[in-house]
Amino acid sequence: MTSWLRIKAIFFKELIQLKRDRMTFGMIVMIPLIQLLLFGYAINTNIRHIPVGVVDMSQTGISRLLIQTVQATQVVDVQHYFQNEEQAQAAIARADIRAVLFIPQDISQRLARHPSVGLGTPASTDEETARPIAQWIDDGSDTIVAGAIKGLKGMPLVELLNKPANRSVPTFEITLLFNPEQRTVVNIVPGLVGIILTMTMIMFTSAAIVRERERGNMEMLITTPVRPIELMLGKIIPYIFIGSIQVSIILGLGYTLFNVPVNGGLWDLAGATFLFITASLTLGLVISTIAKNQLQSMQMTVFILMPSILLSGFMFPYEGMPEAAQYIAEALPATHFMRMIRGIVAREVDLFAMSYDVYWLALFTLAGLVVASLRFMKRLD
Amino acid sequence: MSNVIIKASKLTRHFEHVKAVQALDLEIEQGQIYGFLGPHGSGKTTAMRMLIGLLSPTSGEIKVLGHALPQQAEAVRLQIGYMTQKFSLYDDLTVLENLKFIANIYGLPVKHQSKRINELLSIYGLEKKQSQLAGSMSGGQRQRLSLAAATLHHPKILFLDEPTSAVDPENRRDFWEQLFDLSDQGTTILVSTHYMDEAERCHKLAILETGIKRADGSPQTLMQNMGANVIEIEAQDLRGLKQSLLPLDGVISAAQLGTRLRVLISDHIQNPVAFLQQQNCIHPQDVLENVRPSLEDVFVTSTGRSTP
Repeated sequence: MTSWLRIKAIFFKELIQLKRDRMTFGMIVMIPLIQLLLFGYAINTNIRHIPVGVVDMSQTGISRLLIQTVQATQVVDVQHYFQNEEQAQAAIARADIRAVLFIPQDISQRLARHPSVGLGTPASTDEETARPIAQWIDDGSDTIVAGAIKGLKGMPLVELLNKPANRSVPTFEITLLFNPEQRTVVNIVPGLVGIILTMTMIMFTSAAIVRERERGNMEMLITTPVRPIELMLGKIIPYIFIGSIQVSIILGLGYTLFNVPVNGGLWDLAGATFLFITASLTLGLVISTIAKNQLQSMQMTVFILMPSILLSGFMFPYEGMPEAAQYIAEALPATHFMRMIRGIVAREVDLFAMSYDVYWLALFTLAGLVVASLRFMKRLD
Repeated sequence: MSNVIIKASKLTRHFEHVKAVQALDLEIEQGQIYGFLGPHGSGKTTAMRMLIGLLSPTSGEIKVLGHALPQQAEAVRLQIGYMTQKFSLYDDLTVLENLKFIANIYGLPVKHQSKRINELLSIYGLEKKQSQLAGSMSGGQRQRLSLAAATLHHPKILFLDEPTSAVDPENRRDFWEQLFDLSDQGTTILVSTHYMDEAERCHKLAILETGIKRADGSPQTLMQNMGANVIEIEAQDLRGLKQSLLPLDGVISAAQLGTRLRVLISDHIQNPVAFLQQQNCIHPQDVLENVRPSLEDVFVTSTGRSTP
């Protein structure tokens, strides 16, 4: 018979120990607080003010106007002028600048024949009208920076001309449903919930069993009638509350500071969070039954944490990964939670619509508890 | 009907290349205080852990309270108490919190808990310390707390692994008074020690060396049957005398005790005093006395070592 009295005893013991450990207790609040402030402000995929240089071979009013128009987009920040392309490329190699705008000598002629100008004369051949007016030379190694520069490819030339230009009709109309302002925080704040919970929850329980062993309490504990499953449950329940506190801090601050509201239902949010917290905690318990000391348990936690950050969809889109990596990502609780929490916070999805992730996390938790309980031997052999 | 409640036969445990316990036979009766006497590394802790079901024997059989260990270890959990060599309660919990934790773990009904805990606090003199963190207490106080925790659920058998190793002599004496109280109430106690005076207090004891039981029985029987006589010699130059005596056939050991030399003579020598007086190194003015053997002498004769 599983005894609630024993589970309760372990639960309160853990709470008292946690309360006496001031540093850990402080970190429960400080980790989500500081990291949300840091990453909420710091991470931004809408890139601005990329340092660039200019090689202006034409030195005309048109070329200076073009430079001003490019500056006005705020995507780039012109910091250097070079005499020729060689100097500019050397500056890119030194990482003084990320890209160079090369303006050819014949920019006026190129512009006159550019289709967006739409002049009938002078008569031009197809080759002449197909010529771009200038060239961007980009470092290219950072794909996100390169992407921002590539975004300038179709920059409208309205400003450059003294008359309204023929605006080209886009192939597609694009409607952005849930984040029309394209604010990165809308994606980052719920994602951070997953990352911070992965880190703190796995870390807390991965040390749980190992610590008892290191401090010598285990020899006493295993001679008592306590059952492994009681020990496991007693050890994870306190952290369910702690995880809930952390989620509240992140989402509360996300709303007040970054204006990221929770659009979905609070019960859906609570359900998804509960599932993810218990899954992470049992993963930590399994680690704790494998690790021989706290250093090993810490290493294993980091081993799980890195793919949870990089493969879960928090930083890079899941769809962009090769199939094998997607399978690995599917094995991580963080991937499922990332989907659920972003769905609930941004798109108002309810848990029934995400039953695959719900079942997966629930099964993961059950399997984790069983494995941890089976692995935990009440022996010293 | 036999009232043997701990029985081990041919109990053996090997760790990698170390034979920690070898073919240990034990029979411990109910109500006894049974001692394991031996130096560090003699297999006391390993033997005890096997008798509790914490370690599986490499070979041999164990029966505790009629249950085969380690297979039925869970069945005896409520009936045994174990005090580990190293303090194993929680340093960051107070005395009261530790005892409450143990009471809950052993499933003591909540309504009886405070009565039992208060009883223990008073028996072990911890009333004034009840809100102190266990980690900040002295060795003696922690030892009393450990004993209180190990006896909280009224175990039938109490296993104590070197319980007095971190405790001063006065506390040791008090501690043994408490053990005798428990023994009077019918608790069987298995205690390991490397102190001779403690071993002498046991009803029965087993002398262990390198995992092998060298002798067992009550301290009195062991002393009577040790197969040697003890002669104390008062003389000049005891160190020189010791060197001259040791090579003699029949002399088992010689140890200096202050101004006297304690010599163990094998009992195949009929008159040990006369035997010694015949030796050249003994002078007529030297005082020779046949004295009562001590447990230390038993230890020396049975293990061939001078001190545990």
